[in-house]
Amino acid sequence: MEHIQREKEVPVIGYGTFVAVWVALLILLAVTIAVARIHLTRFSVLINLLIASVKAGLVVTFFMHLKYEGRLLKGLLLLAIATLTAIIALTFSDVWYR
Amino acid sequence: MRSGNFESRGDYKAAKYGMWFFLYTELLFFGGMFLLYSIYRSRYAPAFHMAAAEENVVLGSINTVVLLTSSLAIAISITAVRRGKVMLSTFLQGLTVLMGIAFLVVKYFEWSSKIVKGIYPNSPVLLKMSPGEILFFGLYYVMTGIHGLHVLIGVVVISFMIYFTATGNITQNNFSKLENTGLYWHFVDIVWIYLFPLFYLIT
Repeated sequence: MEHIQREKEVPVIGYGTFVAVWVALLILLAVTIAVARIHLTRFSVLINLLIASVKAGLVVTFFMHLKYEGRLLKGLLLLAIATLTAIIALTFSDVWYR
Repeated sequence: MRSGNFESRGDYKAAKYGMWFFLYTELLFFGGMFLLYSIYRSRYAPAFHMAAAEENVVLGSINTVVLLTSSLAIAISITAVRRGKVMLSTFLQGLTVLMGIAFLVVKYFEWSSKIVKGIYPNSPVLLKMSPGEILFFGLYYVMTGIHGLHVLIGVVVISFMIYFTATGNITQNNFSKLENTGLYWHFVDIVWIYLFPLFYLIT
């Protein structure tokens, strides 16, 4: 049987890892502003959303320590994102082909 | 009095899962607004681009740095309390609260600079604009407003965590409350990570 998980059994993430993630986030922020400045027209929005997703991924993986969580939480996050994606895709298919 | 080695009797894992489940619902809640944004944006792309020129990229960028740094502070504060560094943890949580307040102050100036120009929901100036611009500013006020409300709630909750940490309720082996507060704060940060390019960088 699975025992009740206690706080002290969860791995501690070092300060250095967090600072490294923060530096990466600031670099990505600079990149996203630069991308918006150089006007790649229709690609800039897509690139900026991709960069935002990388940033969100970093926050979820390290700050929210999803990296160290079990399959259930990871799977449910995927399910939530997939649901949202499906809703957006279905709505767009309705709007575009109306 | 509780000693530093006090262990929580609650189910740590269940509390954490509860917080994550709540955040999944929050994801879909904000997702609905992002859906609305993307649909109207695809329909009124030129108007959205024009209206976004009204946004102050410098203030938006500063606020992004502030929120990202506040996320770093609360993440480190959890590691600190787990290493028994109560003072450092309390200090970093205080820093997070201050940065949350700074974010809201900048937001206040952004909103008021628009309101002074007569751009606010249902204002005569706004109603004379094109439908796309009306939608852009409507979404801007609703989405940054609800996000700001989340920041405000976070500031209040983290303030309680400072009290709990300082009084020995949150300890090395009982930090569930602080960790779950951190999860919420990081989520609010993620929402802003998407709001920033969508409202400030699409000119």
